[in-house]
Amino acid sequence: MSPKTLYDKIWDAHVAHEDEDGTTLLYIDRHLVHEVTSPQAFEGLRMTNRTVRAPDKTIAVPDHNVPTTLDRVDGIDNEESRIQVEALDRNSRDFGIHYYPVSDVRQGIVHIVGPEQGWTLPGMTVVCGDSHTATHGAFGALAHGIGTSEVEHVLATQTLIQKKSKNMKVEITGKLRPGVTAKDITLSVIGETGTAGGTGYVIEYCGEAIRDLSMEGRMTVCNMAIEGGARAGLIAPDEITFEYCKGRPHAPKGAQWEAAMAWWKTLYSDDDAHWDKVITIKGEDIAPVVTWGTSPEDVLPITATVPDPSDFNGGKVGAVQRSLEYMGLTPGTPLSAIEIDTVFIGSCTNGRIEDLRAAAEILRGKKIKDGMRAMVVPGSGLVRAQAEEEGLADIFKEAGFEWRLAGCSMCLAMNPDQLSPGERCAATSNRNFEGRQGRGGRTHLLSPAMAAAAAVTGHLTDVRELM
Amino acid sequence: MDKFTTITGIAAPMPLINIDTDMIIPKQFLKTIKRSGLGVNLFDEMRYDDDGNERPDFVLNKPQYRESEILVAGDNFGCGSSREHAPWAIKDFGIRCVIAPSFADIFFNNCFKNGILPIALPQEAVDVLMKDAEKGANARMTVDLEAQTVTTSDGESFSFEIDPFKKHCLLEGLDDIGLTMEKVSAIDSYEARTAQQRPWV
Ligand code: SF4
Repeated sequence: MSPKTLYDKIWDAHVAHEDEDGTTLLYIDRHLVHEVTSPQAFEGLRMTNRTVRAPDKTIAVPDHNVPTTLDRVDGIDNEESRIQVEALDRNSRDFGIHYYPVSDVRQGIVHIVGPEQGWTLPGMTVVCGDSHTATHGAFGALAHGIGTSEVEHVLATQTLIQKKSKNMKVEITGKLRPGVTAKDITLSVIGETGTAGGTGYVIEYCGEAIRDLSMEGRMTVCNMAIEGGARAGLIAPDEITFEYCKGRPHAPKGAQWEAAMAWWKTLYSDDDAHWDKVITIKGEDIAPVVTWGTSPEDVLPITATVPDPSDFNGGKVGAVQRSLEYMGLTPGTPLSAIEIDTVFIGSCTNGRIEDLRAAAEILRGKKIKDGMRAMVVPGSGLVRAQAEEEGLADIFKEAGFEWRLAGCSMCLAMNPDQLSPGERCAATSNRNFEGRQGRGGRTHLLSPAMAAAAAVTGHLTDVRELM
Repeated sequence: MDKFTTITGIAAPMPLINIDTDMIIPKQFLKTIKRSGLGVNLFDEMRYDDDGNERPDFVLNKPQYRESEILVAGDNFGCGSSREHAPWAIKDFGIRCVIAPSFADIFFNNCFKNGILPIALPQEAVDVLMKDAEKGANARMTVDLEAQTVTTSDGESFSFEIDPFKKHCLLEGLDDIGLTMEKVSAIDSYEARTAQQRPWV
């Protein structure tokens, strides 16, 4: 048998039909659904008298629109948001799919709930009408975002029309230095490849620095594969993966667990498999990084200065000019001199327990800068509960952070958590686009520990100085 | 779905790279549960000021570009969020074709589901088309899907590549779900087979 990559193996196991030109019906094992990208798909089913083919493989949770303040039990004020969440309630009930309503402690960001509940497992195909579906690739599952028409297609047929992508290997060798995290890895890779560098590819992340990461860290890395333009990110499953999955509510048990393990252990790229592109980065070369612009590729070590448009070529010159103007930054300014007024810790990139631990570690016994608005939005109700049990919530509250309920919150500001024009935010989320966190808002992406450090000092800060 | 064959129309120039889907349709318009009506909010934050007035210098607000049916843009068009609201807004405005050196994957796929033709051409070709688009309403570009060509108002022509299956669906206005439903027996047998092999799924 010819050698295969991990991507080849998962793909081959899910081909339900293949045309001569390679157009494939790929079978989908898990379909995750949220309230923003699904109403039109369910409406489409109703209009054509179609049903959900595999309701037991379809899981829905509202996350984008939901308020994260404690008073949300009283209902959602914003009428349009309420209608969207109510539509998901109704669609889940009508079509008989698994559902975690706002009132359920297991509710949270769809990409955190899926793995937490054991819906996401190695070797699966996972889709969701959301670009950060890439997150689930951390389990060695082929996972990617789809549009609403495709959501409808998967609901109706449990398949997706696909052509195979190219395959890129991103190897992070050796060990990370202290203060450097999974977020710094994934941002640094995008800094290296650019936001279009992964277009047309499925990326497999490998190497010692990746192997050393926890599942939480691996999810952070894969989460941002889409920011590099890739269709999906993958990490081969290993003992760390199996350990994480074991005992989760929807993970297999007993003999089925053994059978699953036997297959999962074959899920790795063969030694002499073919790669269309290979990128290697030394773990020790990665520094704690922040973004300075309005594209995730605008990333530099915290020790650097704001770049000059003339440092770039082609279309990027104009783009940098535009983003510096939007961000209100002057070339040559040290990044660590940039003052901020808001700190957001949360999102499907960094809203897991390990992220909260890392931030709390920096905040222990400290207070946030006077006048700073700082919030922690746990990725799920269960993350929140665990953080309370571990005493992390108290550390955040004593430092001056708001301690919120689970949801997407200020990652995309569809709920009331938004920046005002000109406000500058240190955010652990994944997108620094213009207006992403509120019209005119300015976003700097960084790791949870770096966000905590910035909350304390009031400006972007090298976390290593506080360690 | 609407068929796409040939269009001859005004092309709006947007020489920016990395135009993301947050720019195309900001999140405050994602709260709809319908597909239609998003055209007025296409490029909302670039198109209107804080009070909701049109910014006269934004391309689609200029009199000569209000009826644009084609958009010519920079690299990596449609990056970011998977929201299909982006192609819905583009279509609702009246644009049926976007030309750029490259597209983000999910956006690219979403276009085909909505009768929009995304055309990737080399930078040099896009530069020529951008110049042509900048001439305004008197310059009409022609996109011929059957022949796979884009022709400027001066008659300069560029051929583009397209996946044959996607081309067929667009030309005929075919609905993907209907097509897949014809292969339902293949899905049935796949499910039966894997229920044995991977029962935990
Ligand atoms: S946390 Fe942000 S990126 Fe993640 S699913 Fe929610 S809105 Fe999307």
